[in-house]
Amino acid sequence: MNVEAKETMNVEAGQKIKFYQTGTLTVGNRLLDEDLRTVQASEERSNAITSGHRACQGCGEALGARYALDAAMRAANGKIIAVNATGCLEVFSTPYPETSWTLPWLHSLFGNAASVASGVAAALRRLGKADIRVVAQGGDGGTTDIGFACLSGMFERNDDVLYLCYDNQGYMNTGVQRSSATPPTARTATTPAVGTAPGNIFGTGKDVPRIAMAHGIPYVATASVADLHDLERKVTNAMQVRGARYIHILVPCPLGWGTVTNATIRVARLATESGLFPLFEAEHGEIVASSPIRRAVPVEDYLKIQSRFAHLFRPTRDDAHLAALQAIADKNIQRYNLLRNDHGNDARKEAA
Amino acid sequence: MKTPIQLTPPKGPVELTLPKARQIEGSRAIAEAVGLCRPQVICAYPITPQTHIVEELSAMVKTGELMDCEFINVESEFAALSVAIGASAAGARAYTATSSQGLLYMAEAVYNASGMQLPIVMTLGNRAIGAPINIWNDHSDAMALRDAGWVLLFAETNQEAIDLHLQAFRLAEELSTPVMVCVDGFILTHAYEEVELPTPEAVDRWLPKFQPRQVLDPAEPITMGALVGPESFSEVRYLAHRKQLRALERIPELSAEFNATFGRNSGGILRTYKTEGAETIVLAMGSINGTIEDAIDELRRNGHAIGAVILTTFRPFPYASVAAALKNASQAIVVEKSLTAGMGGPLAADVTLALANTSTPVYSVIAGLGGRPIPQASLESIFERARDRELPETTFLDLHWDAVNQAITKELSWTPHT
Amino acid sequence: MNKPFATTLDVGSSLANHTGSWRTERPVYVDRMPPCNQACPAGENTQDWLYHAEEGNYRTAWESIVRDNPFPAIMGRACYHPCETSCNRGSLDAAVNIHAVERFLGDRAIALGWNIASSEERSGKKVLVVGAGPSGLSAAYHLTLLGHEVTVVEAGAAPGGMMRFGIPAYRLPRTIIDAEIARIVALGVTIRLNEPVEDIPALLEREGFDAAFVAIGAHLAKRVDIPAPDAGKILDAIGVLRELETGESMPRIGRRVIVYGGGNTALDVARSVRRLGEEAIVVYRRTRDKMPAHEFEVSEALEEGVQFHWLRTVTHMTGESITVEKMTLGPDGFPRGTGEYETIEGDALILALGQNVDTHVLDSIPGVEHSADGVVKVGPNMMTGHKGIFAGGDMVPSERTLTVAIGHGKKAARNIDAYLRGIPYVPKVKPALASFERLNTWYYSDAGKTVQPVLEDVRRRSTFEEVVGGLDETNALFEARRCLSCGNCFECDNCFGVCPDNAVIKLPDSAAIERSDSAGSPHSAPFAIDYDYCKGCGVCAAECPCGAIEMVPEEI
Ligand SMILES: Cc1cc2nc3c(=O)[nH]c(=O)nc-3n(C[C@H](O)[C@H](O)[C@H](O)COP(=O)(O)OP(=O)(O)OC[C@H]3O[C@@H](n4cnc5c(N)ncnc54)[C@H](O)[C@@H]3O)c2cc1C
Ligand SMILES: Cc1ncc(C[n+]2csc(CCOP(=O)(O)OP(=O)(O)O)c2C)c(N)n1
Ligand code: SF4
Ligand code: SF4
Ligand SMILES: [Mg+2]
Repeated sequence: MNVEAKETMNVEAGQKIKFYQTGTLTVGNRLLDEDLRTVQASEERSNAITSGHRACQGCGEALGARYALDAAMRAANGKIIAVNATGCLEVFSTPYPETSWTLPWLHSLFGNAASVASGVAAALRRLGKADIRVVAQGGDGGTTDIGFACLSGMFERNDDVLYLCYDNQGYMNTGVQRSSATPPTARTATTPAVGTAPGNIFGTGKDVPRIAMAHGIPYVATASVADLHDLERKVTNAMQVRGARYIHILVPCPLGWGTVTNATIRVARLATESGLFPLFEAEHGEIVASSPIRRAVPVEDYLKIQSRFAHLFRPTRDDAHLAALQAIADKNIQRYNLLRNDHGNDARKEAA
Repeated sequence: MKTPIQLTPPKGPVELTLPKARQIEGSRAIAEAVGLCRPQVICAYPITPQTHIVEELSAMVKTGELMDCEFINVESEFAALSVAIGASAAGARAYTATSSQGLLYMAEAVYNASGMQLPIVMTLGNRAIGAPINIWNDHSDAMALRDAGWVLLFAETNQEAIDLHLQAFRLAEELSTPVMVCVDGFILTHAYEEVELPTPEAVDRWLPKFQPRQVLDPAEPITMGALVGPESFSEVRYLAHRKQLRALERIPELSAEFNATFGRNSGGILRTYKTEGAETIVLAMGSINGTIEDAIDELRRNGHAIGAVILTTFRPFPYASVAAALKNASQAIVVEKSLTAGMGGPLAADVTLALANTSTPVYSVIAGLGGRPIPQASLESIFERARDRELPETTFLDLHWDAVNQAITKELSWTPHT
Repeated sequence: MNKPFATTLDVGSSLANHTGSWRTERPVYVDRMPPCNQACPAGENTQDWLYHAEEGNYRTAWESIVRDNPFPAIMGRACYHPCETSCNRGSLDAAVNIHAVERFLGDRAIALGWNIASSEERSGKKVLVVGAGPSGLSAAYHLTLLGHEVTVVEAGAAPGGMMRFGIPAYRLPRTIIDAEIARIVALGVTIRLNEPVEDIPALLEREGFDAAFVAIGAHLAKRVDIPAPDAGKILDAIGVLRELETGESMPRIGRRVIVYGGGNTALDVARSVRRLGEEAIVVYRRTRDKMPAHEFEVSEALEEGVQFHWLRTVTHMTGESITVEKMTLGPDGFPRGTGEYETIEGDALILALGQNVDTHVLDSIPGVEHSADGVVKVGPNMMTGHKGIFAGGDMVPSERTLTVAIGHGKKAARNIDAYLRGIPYVPKVKPALASFERLNTWYYSDAGKTVQPVLEDVRRRSTFEEVVGGLDETNALFEARRCLSCGNCFECDNCFGVCPDNAVIKLPDSAAIERSDSAGSPHSAPFAIDYDYCKGCGVCAAECPCGAIEMVPEEI
């Protein structure tokens, strides 16, 4: 190509057209302004968790952790200390003599990540290093169950910690047992798909993001590996605030959910698009934003690609339970007003 | 008169004017001693009889008497020690205190702190463990976690409690290992005794600024708390063992240095009391030694060749020192405030092991469980029976046999419903 | 730091653990065939030039087009754009308005005087092209680029063939034709006008040509016998259109003109008649949806006031009216007479029933064969039965469109080149199709029908001369960016982002770097897989919006 002769777009037209094929739905997009691309699009991302870890193929937790921590690292100019609860993330990342972490990282116990992080934050404050920020992270089990008291204490004291819960809806590291984040009807090793109400029981479980909100802490959000821009924005938002912050991230587990290894992001997307995993943000106990569903799907679309729900379809269709699960989604849709039509990925808005 | 403690250590030589002795509560004394060590993060959860210590500390932080320190009220002992773990790993001097149920509630973190070699100092106000719930003193709590990899020091008096805390921070940070200072609940924690507290300047010279072995720092990131598999776990454990053995060497040295600095002989592995020529030597830990010493004085007056070993360092267990201290005795009596049901006295078991290469018999006296008073007279009568070679292997001091026998009879008569 | 043994580790040490050994499938970057590209009869690399246009690199985009087709401005107006019919975006919301972007680029090239440079290397071979229609001109253009000396001999007074003498000016302004042909001439092609060729072998012999490409089109209007006792005025569509183009003072055709036929030509002539200020009535024997004319032609004609009588055949004509028989459609879709008749007022009848090839020029050439319907048979290499004489465009069996004709010209040029060099022509192996199922359409912004009205507006505003207006730069960019980049990496960074094992590497942004997967097959994606760490989960392939990553089983 003749470079001198290259006829490029006139700046004005280029500026007018804010529409770039995929807008902000993909990780990057060469046509997007640098600052609209994700942290993940950049070769400069910190790779807080680097290659060579032993997570299963297609592990959503490995992905979610890198997404969240890299965003936090960018927001804090690389000054992050991470505290990690016991669980897959910890186990697959740090078998001696190899660690995948590139940031200062500490694992203490299964149930105390929030408290240890409080201690780190207290020390930093005392040592005059408050520019270093603290992130605590754990699986749903380490967060919503065994670590719950420590978490609540950290919230209640409003300690300067960002807590990231990687929710894969079960105790995966110990072989897929039920946690309080396991959805109803899901088959786990301790909620087998047998009996009249196979899988996890309806009416159990807890909604930790809402419980976090009840503490009145400055920031609570849900996020998903299926929406990277949203996730990074939320982590960045959280990092702008001091005090206790909580982000609950859906991270599908191919092993525990019984999905093919390449479906990790797709199944997370369907969780959100079906209404089963609403994405929202809350400040000081009040919801301030939610992400509307972009392409609504029935819960069945989400359920049927996961073998942990196989008993809902085979040998006979369990219409009653399918309807009950749909009702959960419908309730979320109503509660968070998810079916309004103002998602940010519409060219009309981007072109404007 | 509360003098605020400044964080910056004084420069140049300082006059060591010995402060006047003061009559204060043990908990207050411990709190002030801890304060002199300039902890940066204190976290605690209340439990009797530890409460007064942390109440005093919280007040000291709040009033500014103790500066540059975070006092964090947490929701459990598990969180308390966890906060200390985080603070220590981030390079802060961290302290906590607990008792009894609280120690058990934090048990997992107790092992974790030592496994990660974090130099946390913790005061244990010794108390019985339920059920039945009981708030009074014995050593069941310390015994329950005696193998958690911490250095365990027992104070005989409140003065020693003060001194042991000063030594504990030095030892912990020099070796990078957690240290627990055990003080008998109520008997020491709530007792008003005359104590001397050193000046801040003196403590600052004794205890240099905390220089962590490993620290979470973005400038030099590390991974702490890795998963270690069978290929290296034994080595990790062996190194922990070696560190404890090293502590055994360092503890007497520090005690000597402490003596030279503050003019007081406290701490160390053990102390002997009138053991020269003693046929019978009584060994015990903690505040009961005061009573034992009085009993010995009395018996000595009656010509009984009896002495005592006051054991300060219980973990690491000083087998050689114990054996040496008991080497000339023809029998040893271990008086201890704990009972391993189905086994007997755990301290006696350790002492027995220390004397394994000798023919010296070890008698176990279980006393003071759940706060039962240990009268000097009862001890004297036990020691006299020992002199007369009438002591059974294990004695339960002042046990109400009628109550026990009734319960046994009742239990034996129980038959299952058919 | 004097770190404790084993429990405290140096960061990043897991890089020593090569998890690539877990893999049973490997992701491989591929360039697939986008459906638009596959559908383009001229073989334009549509997705490629849209890619450059998206970035605003219009010159690069235009250069990509003219590698295959010398007429972007014409294509952007008159091509029936089968690319858009097969465009994957059509299954999402609405096909990319490919032709509009192409027109934008073509017009820009004309406005800015962009030219094409021919290769310096000359073969010394001479090629004769008979007919300066799109096919002949395309062949001449490509042959020149390939280094041969080309002379086009044309019977008519101006080059362009049916582009000029068939397609009305309101669809294709003559300035555009002139400009794009001028560029071909500037390349070094000689065009001789007003010179009907009668004896091709003799011309070859006389002027020392080494080969010939014949593209004389199909110009003989098909006729049906319609009784017209009162000497009603019966004309043929091609003749009328040619007359419109050449005749300075065109005689009035009629007041109410009946056009008989349902193809594009019928509509062109009807709409031309409207522009002359007369009434135009199209009579067609089948239904609207069965008309061979494109739907846009029908609807634009309706908008312009052309009347339609569907399911009618003309049986009779007087000076004032025609008689038609009503038809019904049989189950086979063919019309059947009902025996019912009606009359339609009209004073002229234009037959638009298709064209035949005037084969007489070829009849005497030994070896040249014709099919039953008169077209000339050619082999897969476009050569007639006579060695060295090739043919293409409307005169050979195939669809009769500009783009097919241009594609024939290109294909023939490559074969003639091989023939002249005495080597076999081996076409490139086409990659597998980037079908809709291969895409992950979640990632594309919603930009469907909502943008169309903007385009419609532009159209509506500019119906004065040319019915359909061009896009301004903003709209052209927008349209280009609607392209899904089917089967070809467009650097959205998804793979780079979604890999749970950080096993995707960005390659340096340099053309010098040869991009290939480890199997060695080249690809255009500026990424590579780090097979040391890739566990083969396939998330990158699943989340690639455009299907440019393929999972290939590992040989274990
Ligand atoms: C009214 C009408 C509208 C159309 N609209 C479209 C459209 O919108 N889009 C589209 O894609 N297609 C359209 N077509 C079809 C398209 O024009 C033809 O398919 C295309 O032009 C064929 O190109 P060609 O080069 O094979 O023949 P032509 O375009 O017919 O060119 C043949 C040339 O050869 C010359 N010639 C003939 N005999 C001799 C000879 N003996 N010696 C020298 N020269 C000779 C002729 O004068 C002519 O210039 C339309 C056709 C018609 C009739
Ligand atoms: C006190 C304690 N109880 C139980 C365990 C065993 N354990 C380790 S990881 C784990 C499950 C972790 O589940 P979760 O927190 O959801 O993380 P995941 O592995 O699913 O990512 C369990 C039960 C433990 N390590 N410590
Ligand atoms: S079990 Fe699930 S969460 Fe754990 S590493 Fe495997 S995929 Fe990830
Ligand atoms: S979306 Fe783009 S690449 Fe795909 S068929 Fe349409 S124009 Fe071609
Ligand atoms: Mg989990």
